[in-house]
Amino acid sequence: MITLTHFLAVSACLFAIGLFAVLVRRNAILVLVGIELMINAAILNLVAFGRYDAQFYGGQVFALFAIVLAAAAVAVALAIILNVYQQYNTIDPNEIQDLKE
Amino acid sequence: MTLQAFLFYLLATIAIGSALCMVTLRNMARSLFLFFVVLFAVAGLYIFALADFIAITQIMVYVGGVLVLLLFAFMLSNKTLLNELSAGTRHFVSLPAWQGLLISGTFLTLMIYAVTSLGRYEPSWIARAQEQATTIAVTDNTVEQLGIHLMTRFVLAFEVVSVMIMMALVGAAHLARKEPNR
Repeated sequence: MITLTHFLAVSACLFAIGLFAVLVRRNAILVLVGIELMINAAILNLVAFGRYDAQFYGGQVFALFAIVLAAAAVAVALAIILNVYQQYNTIDPNEIQDLKE
Repeated sequence: MTLQAFLFYLLATIAIGSALCMVTLRNMARSLFLFFVVLFAVAGLYIFALADFIAITQIMVYVGGVLVLLLFAFMLSNKTLLNELSAGTRHFVSLPAWQGLLISGTFLTLMIYAVTSLGRYEPSWIARAQEQATTIAVTDNTVEQLGIHLMTRFVLAFEVVSVMIMMALVGAAHLARKEPNR
């Protein structure tokens, strides 16, 4: 049986890599991928703790909710990115300073 | 070393290694395809935590939906992206690589410290579950249990999530539509 500490260590590594991607990468899609990586690390934590809850399956149910909400968030974020791209012809966030023309 | 531990370490190495490659590669198409590998490896890790239904959902929703969306967005804005990648030193939050490395490294050491001290401060409900043997067993039918709990104990959260998904769909469709008079 793999202990809880192993799962938590792996998910801490994934979270740090996602944080690095969000801080350093330059274009908006890869920043979004970094956020997805961080969400995946969080889901790994939920699932690892959920193994000890055979009564209510709380961890696994909320892992399901987190996956679904992350998918919805990606749809909205990509719609925003494509809209901004149409308007400014760039997806570099430093170039985008006005909310309205 | 048992086969189980070997497979766990293999999957963890694949996940962390390809995530590192994904973050550092300059070619964006390659890093998006490496994200496939990361998601599959993490789905394998879910199976080791006895969450087989979550692993299948991860593959169907993330690999089948989210990644295809990301690839679409990449290919719809291809030329500008490639120019952006090869020019300038500007970043999303204006951080050069070493500062990002410093922040995420500090965060990683903090979290690893917290994880290693988990043995001393283990939550009491985990110890209680191990005593009474109410942890999820390998032979349990998790899909049936998940369905029952989703429709009884967590039904309010389920409904709220479904309303939220509908709002997100309508919002995404509204944002992505073409303005007729521009």
